[in-house]
Amino acid sequence: MEIPIKVTVNGEVYEHRVEPRMLLVTFLREVLGLTGTHVGCDTSSCGACTILMDGKAVKSCTLLAVQADGAELLTMEGLARNGELHPIQEGFWREHGLQCGFCTPGMIMAAYQLLEENASPDEKEIRRALEGNYCRCTGYHNIVKSVQYAAKKINR
Amino acid sequence: MGKLIGEAVRRVEDRRFITGKATYTDDIKLPGMTYAYIVRSPYAHARIQQIDTSRAQAAPGVIAVFTGEDVKDVNGLPCGWQVNFRNGDTMKEPKHPLLVADKVRHVGDNVAMIVAESREQAKDAAELLDIEYEVLDAVTDPAKAIEEGAPLVHEDVPRNICFDWEIGDKAKTDKAFADADHVVSLEFRNQRLVPNAIEPRSAIGVYDAARDKYTLYTSSQNPHLIRLLLCAFVLGIPEHKVRVVSPDVGGGFGSKIFHYAEEALVTWAARQVGRPIKWTAERSESFVTDAHGRDHVTRAEMAFDKKGKIVGLRVSTVANMGAYLSTFAPAIPTYLHGTLLQGVYDTPAIYCEITAVFTHTTPVDAYRGAGRPEATYLLERLVDTGARELGMDPAEIRRINFIPPFDGVKQPGYQTQVALQYDSGNYEATLNRALEIIGYHQLRHEQEEARKQGRYLGIGFSTYIEACGIAPSAVVGALGARAGLYESSVVRVQPTGKVTVYTGSHAHGQGHETTFAQIVADTLGVPLEDVEVVHGDTEAVPFGMGTYGSRSLAVGGSALRKGLDKVIEKGTKIAAHLLEAAEEDLEFADGEWTVKGTDKKITFGEVALAAYVPHNFPEGMEPGLEFSTFYDPANFTFPFGTHIAVVEVDPETGKVTLKRYVAVDDVGTVINPLIVDGQVHGGIAQGIGQALLEEAVYDENGELLASSFLEYAIPRADDLVSFEVDRTVTPCPHNPLGVKGAGETGTIASTAAVVNAVIDALAPLGIKDLQMPLTPQRVWQAIQQVQAS
Ligand code: FES
Ligand code: FES
Repeated sequence: MEIPIKVTVNGEVYEHRVEPRMLLVTFLREVLGLTGTHVGCDTSSCGACTILMDGKAVKSCTLLAVQADGAELLTMEGLARNGELHPIQEGFWREHGLQCGFCTPGMIMAAYQLLEENASPDEKEIRRALEGNYCRCTGYHNIVKSVQYAAKKINR
Repeated sequence: MGKLIGEAVRRVEDRRFITGKATYTDDIKLPGMTYAYIVRSPYAHARIQQIDTSRAQAAPGVIAVFTGEDVKDVNGLPCGWQVNFRNGDTMKEPKHPLLVADKVRHVGDNVAMIVAESREQAKDAAELLDIEYEVLDAVTDPAKAIEEGAPLVHEDVPRNICFDWEIGDKAKTDKAFADADHVVSLEFRNQRLVPNAIEPRSAIGVYDAARDKYTLYTSSQNPHLIRLLLCAFVLGIPEHKVRVVSPDVGGGFGSKIFHYAEEALVTWAARQVGRPIKWTAERSESFVTDAHGRDHVTRAEMAFDKKGKIVGLRVSTVANMGAYLSTFAPAIPTYLHGTLLQGVYDTPAIYCEITAVFTHTTPVDAYRGAGRPEATYLLERLVDTGARELGMDPAEIRRINFIPPFDGVKQPGYQTQVALQYDSGNYEATLNRALEIIGYHQLRHEQEEARKQGRYLGIGFSTYIEACGIAPSAVVGALGARAGLYESSVVRVQPTGKVTVYTGSHAHGQGHETTFAQIVADTLGVPLEDVEVVHGDTEAVPFGMGTYGSRSLAVGGSALRKGLDKVIEKGTKIAAHLLEAAEEDLEFADGEWTVKGTDKKITFGEVALAAYVPHNFPEGMEPGLEFSTFYDPANFTFPFGTHIAVVEVDPETGKVTLKRYVAVDDVGTVINPLIVDGQVHGGIAQGIGQALLEEAVYDENGELLASSFLEYAIPRADDLVSFEVDRTVTPCPHNPLGVKGAGETGTIASTAAVVNAVIDALAPLGIKDLQMPLTPQRVWQAIQQVQAS
């Protein structure tokens, strides 16, 4: 039994029929081919799958695709506009906020939500906001700097 | 030249990662793809009585079910390093089957593979696979495994001993201890860790019948090594008919060096099924199947004279190998641990013995640092304990014991008591710099003030050495390595003067595409944009050994540099011909050859074009401008440094809070400081994880209790602080770049620094020792215990 859903992803409308048990992250990766959203765990812990759903950062491995019916999603692939990097993307590049890059999409999405809510977070606030996103490569040092860079750039 | 080397060039590979366009193995989708699910043992030790595949076979979407019976004629996974018993016997090397037919030996052992049209269908069918087990007694603790009567992991391995091994001079060391004024000793477990790269392992097997050709996509740190092991040892298929691709890889930390059963299974089964097969680990599978790290049970003693000079070191370790030998497992406690026990100290007598043991646990192998963190931990803990017992400052006791500076050129390398010869070092310089950054005297003063207010601040040191880029091949071969440890490069100058370089080394976060391009651009005097670095595909790059042991730049970068030198040499001949000048009269700089003292010149691009359109060309010279190079280093490289951690411990809760962390490393010449700092940061975090958070605990029955991120804590952003990182530069004297390697220094140093800091904080309460990880519960209990006694 498949269920029809209609979602807007990165500004494009998609209509598909999906299994009721299909996870949202599987829908993005396997059905839409948007592999910029990653899967790092099976316990909703790591945040590699973080995307924005109706402006809120969510872990897309904890939601079913059908729960996104009617929603507006933003994934890593949709953040740059007309080839121009978003300040957070630019921050991660300038400040070397990524190494293997696997956590990066989730980190950037979590940072996006943080900066929407708090335009000038201090280091503690950044660390707390990213607490649900694991990175095994960077020790978070440069991730903090990347978010600070982005905040500065956005506020300018 | 020299404009880009040493510059914090922003990574050229980042664009694909920050726009969601990277290609990790699991991102690859091929026409006709099928999906594999591995059915794993829920028991640590059990006999498989019977497997009935009929219900699984009949499940929707199922294409094939494979069990141990199906692969009984396929070889097992090979071990790449042989260590012999003290008496000369070869180590015990039991078969490590792709799928187990008779007896499972750890939780997670591979029992069957189900291939279906979708992941979900494969997983659903696994529920329908009927397996009857007879559960047997298990042993997980390596110290217990060697006891008489312990359950045997392999029937033909008495007392579960894989090998025993020793290094150093026992008689001399025993005498040093007998004559010593003071001896300190520690008994501890360097606990088992789970690497947990954030990308789970993944492999796709493809067989093209029309071309009789296999392709394996795998999240590996060394595609050529996987191809060699897969072809020559496991499947017995011709190497030239197999292509192995490691595309973007989401971190490895050692765990993706090794050849795993799933790689061989999907490759083998792709031919049986006639369609591509993808397998991707779920995190719960990563926990029980990615090779684990550490797991040493150690007794270590250090002897001092009255003045605090170290006169001897004695170490006895039981090293857990797990249920089978993983690819490099035997080398870790021996050649990467026993041989590092000199540390940075001028200790005149050292003896170490290792007993490597099988247990009913996941195999253990190299995890970031691999043996060197264990060596550093015991040395640094002993030195600190010595300082405390002798009433000396921990910085001072280190200072008086350091090996004096030597550059490896004017002064010779330092011959250790445990086989290695250090290349160059200036250990005290890193200590001085670290003390300066942290403001040591002021900090000790603050500590005293804090103590008066009942606050427990602690300062912990770690002065470490690491060995990177292990080589040369002849030496490591004599030590038991079954592979060479050189690296390769191809430099292909294109007719328009653009440059493509191919390296046998592999990047999974280390930024080679940038660092290597900096070397090319600087050496040839071409813009960075004109350079492309290719790695990770056995069909494109020359046979190479991949990335581990912080070897990429020291070995792979040097192979590249040697290739570039050949380009310049041939280019000079072509330029001399075209400029009608003698070679000796030419000068190459900034991408141009100039006739010295004149304005006659020719650009790199013009020479490149002439090489491919050789209308006017030196007589007898081959056209083209391309060189392939293999570089086998003369020695290891030995980075070193001083790390200082500052912590505060809350005695009411046992919670440890990291306040500051200073790292002064010497990794030789630095090509890209941004990338080196990043490596150091990440390494520090992993070492802190071991000190404070991480432990793979098994229960008596062999169940891995910490088997998901819910029970196994890796450091999160708010567990850490921003690190204060600096460096000194002592070039490596024996490679053309002067580089040493930076991938593991942080991990090697930080565990001991943090634990020493916590013990320093709690010393006034009488705490002398703590067992890792220093969780609040454990610290609190230790405080209760000393207060009760
Ligand atoms: S994949 Fe780990 S939280 Fe979603
Ligand atoms: S960059 Fe590798 S996990 Fe964060």
